[in-house]
Amino acid sequence: MAMNSEHDTPGTGPDEARRSFLKQSSLLTAMALVPGPLVQAAAAELDEKVAAVFEKIPLKLEVNGVKHKVSIEPRTTLLDFLRENLNLTGTKKGCDYGQCGACTVHVDGQRVNSCLSFAVMHEGKKITTIEGLAQGDKLHPMQEAFVKHDGFQCGYCTPGQIMSAVACIREGKADSEGEIREYMSGNICRCGAYSNIVAAIQEVKGGGQKV
Amino acid sequence: MNEQPKPKKQIGAPLNRVDGHQKVTGAATYSAEYQLPNMAYAVLVGSTVTKGRLTGLDTKAAERAPGVLAVISHLNAPKPPGPKPEGKDPSQPQTQGNPLQVFNDDKIRFNDQPIAVVVADSWARARYAAGLVKAQYAKEKHETNLEANADKAFLPTAAKKNPKHPMNDYQRGQVDAYKTGAVKLEAEYVIPTEVHHPMELQAITAHWEAPDRLTLYDKTQGTMATRRDFAKQWGLPEENVKVIATYVGGAFGNALHSWPHEAAAVLAAKVVNRPVKLMLTREQMFTMVGYRPYTWQKLGMSATPDGKITGITHESIGQTSTYEEFTEATLAQTRMMYQSPNVTTRYRLAALDIGSPIWMRGPGEATGAFALESAMDEMAYLLNIDPLEFRLRNYTEQDPEKNKPWSTKFLKECYQLGADRIGWSKRQLKPGALRDGDWLIGYGMGVGTFGAHRGAATVSAQLLPNGTVLLQCATTDIGPGTGTAMTQIAADTLGISPDKIRFELGNSSFPKAGTQGGSSTVNSVGPATQEACLALKDKLRTLAAASNPAFTSARKEDVTMQDGYLTVGGNKDTRVSYADVLKQAGGTTVMVEAKPGGEGQKYSMYSFSVHFAEVRVHQLTGEVRVSKLVSCADAGTIVNEKTAGNQMKGGAVGGIGMALMEHALLDDRFGRYVTKDLADYHVPVHADSPAVEVAFVNQPDPHVNALGTKGIGEIAIIGVAPAIANAVFNATGKRIRELPITPDKLI
Repeated sequence: MAMNSEHDTPGTGPDEARRSFLKQSSLLTAMALVPGPLVQAAAAELDEKVAAVFEKIPLKLEVNGVKHKVSIEPRTTLLDFLRENLNLTGTKKGCDYGQCGACTVHVDGQRVNSCLSFAVMHEGKKITTIEGLAQGDKLHPMQEAFVKHDGFQCGYCTPGQIMSAVACIREGKADSEGEIREYMSGNICRCGAYSNIVAAIQEVKGGGQKV
Repeated sequence: MNEQPKPKKQIGAPLNRVDGHQKVTGAATYSAEYQLPNMAYAVLVGSTVTKGRLTGLDTKAAERAPGVLAVISHLNAPKPPGPKPEGKDPSQPQTQGNPLQVFNDDKIRFNDQPIAVVVADSWARARYAAGLVKAQYAKEKHETNLEANADKAFLPTAAKKNPKHPMNDYQRGQVDAYKTGAVKLEAEYVIPTEVHHPMELQAITAHWEAPDRLTLYDKTQGTMATRRDFAKQWGLPEENVKVIATYVGGAFGNALHSWPHEAAAVLAAKVVNRPVKLMLTREQMFTMVGYRPYTWQKLGMSATPDGKITGITHESIGQTSTYEEFTEATLAQTRMMYQSPNVTTRYRLAALDIGSPIWMRGPGEATGAFALESAMDEMAYLLNIDPLEFRLRNYTEQDPEKNKPWSTKFLKECYQLGADRIGWSKRQLKPGALRDGDWLIGYGMGVGTFGAHRGAATVSAQLLPNGTVLLQCATTDIGPGTGTAMTQIAADTLGISPDKIRFELGNSSFPKAGTQGGSSTVNSVGPATQEACLALKDKLRTLAAASNPAFTSARKEDVTMQDGYLTVGGNKDTRVSYADVLKQAGGTTVMVEAKPGGEGQKYSMYSFSVHFAEVRVHQLTGEVRVSKLVSCADAGTIVNEKTAGNQMKGGAVGGIGMALMEHALLDDRFGRYVTKDLADYHVPVHADSPAVEVAFVNQPDPHVNALGTKGIGEIAIIGVAPAIANAVFNATGKRIRELPITPDKLI
């Protein structure tokens, strides 16, 4: 039985506010610069379509040694840009909130959660993803060690674990099992292959190879 | 005769995963990662109320947003021609699992139930437009609290209809005999809702390749089951639906069912006539793809003063949804694990306004073992007997439930292996006796068991011109390493190196297999692989006989494959090249189905495990650290000690989560989860997990199948949580009967 009626507006929030602002500002801009079609468009509530045209931002960056010059929506995350625009799906989406580490990539050598930054924030930067870690057919020592120690099961968190593991050694935070566990805790493995991941990192660290 | 050196035995060897290279280079392709032309992106809009009706849905703004192709809801969704929605088709009784078909009606059955799907040309645009959909509801009073609805709990309909159904009440000896026992205990145990949360979000790419031909790239544990569900829903012949799940990024049970989001993606692809990709958000993973149900249990136990159990009564109420009756074997272990003359079990369900649960690793057994194995520890404490000794005094040499011999049982051996490795002799009977500064140290154990299930499976085998043997099966690999294990089995059967074998899986077009669940894959697909390889040898023998008569009377086992030639037992005079064999008409492909025989009638078949935990509990903060975990298993033959060991370690880590952190907290006022992401819902991270030590008895079970395997996936977690809870008691003297054991419960 119906008890009461609730008016629900999932659309009210920052996004909605942003649109309202855009509507006003595009009206103002339109009146100041190019009246006519834009004003009519806004009046006809076609501002969304107009906004779409303005929303593409030029971006230049380098991914795995390849230079890209693109034009993208500023709200595209670096993660979605890599996966959907560049088809580099080795970088995984596991939460979109920076809580799981599956999307870890290197930006100018630093590990970052690619879901937590927008692609347009990386103008001129050098990005390395799991696809760019091996030297041609020769696996990176960390990739070799993950295979040898079975540092994964389903494989979904693996690219993020490996990118983080490499950074962990570079940061000088892999000197003990405890330190590795602490500095790898941003990368969740729900299959629970942690013991094997730690063993792989210890081997690479102990091997003294340049990572 | 020139005997070839015998190839190295692969079964038991720690072979690296055959798909390891793909997984470490990012080349492994999961269900949202297929590139199809003209891809569209779908985002679900969920109900913000828990029960009631949708009275209005304003989709205009969303439809006008840039890049939006369609907004689909019950107002405009095409109705698939298959079975009618819930309750309207008498041939589809709800109890048999009637997955919610999306956008059928205006009824709201749980919070975040999909009410619309927005399809656009990019994720960002679809996500934005989904936020523009406005809904109005006529709310009704919802029920989401199990305890408040315990009085309405009922016997599952399937059990009511069939007196032999395992969910019926069970009775051995006298009813509730524990009540009159010499030493007795009675305790209630609660496990909260836990969520699978595989790292790969549930995702599907749906592609109508023709109006009557559907291809799904889907996260599923059963390509055949998913194919069946969608063929049925769309009234298509099964061969018109193809389901591909080459890689599955974990599942732990949550891909054993077809869910609303899958149905929504298929509908969306139909409407926009483009391939559609849909990936759930982490928040949606809580609400619409199942969970381990909140379960209340009460366990009564009695024993003689010298430690013989005289009675056990184990009751449980598990939660289910209002539209499906989900049941699991919560009480199974209690009926067969210990030698008690009197056992009573009663299983009930409470239907709540929440999405349906689904089996989560070590499903009901892990829930039931928390109560049973905690109670075993409590009783041992009452009797002042070591808990390991107490279990030995009640050890079952045959199955007391089915009155059949075990096919094999090496649990005592597991006890010994584990006790030695954890250092059980250090354990003190008196709680709180061991400490290291502010840290109290305790030891606990928990036992697990799971049926050694085997189903029918078919595998095809074929010799390729490059000298590789190609094997195919529709089975999936959600992480255990199925392809690797099958490659090893094939290598030994064919007598060739594993790198000459390719085992392909995860495609419904391949020969059929059951879903990857219930620890049954190696038990089922393993024998089919073995038999297909033998059939291939026989086929090659027949084909080679055309070139060399020595093969005519040879035994298939003696056909040797090496360096591009077949020989009889390695005799060079009998050499026939692969090329000559492949020239013969008809090709080399064989397809063999392997099925279980009548062994289940004669024997009771189970895998067994025991887990030993050492914990450190901070006496001021109540922080619990698992400092050591030892897991020992009697799982029959171990095909690959590396991947099998990994699976055991993973189960133990899952058990740490169950014991210490996992809790999907629902706010009953709104019927909505408070925990919405991995920052609120804690799962173990690197720093929470000790190095887990694993030991296998590794004795083949001659009855389950010819390989001697019994299954690992479930027993890896069953019994871990009580081992930790018991260790916490041993450290602190505090008995926590409601998981998870968080610091607030200890200080």
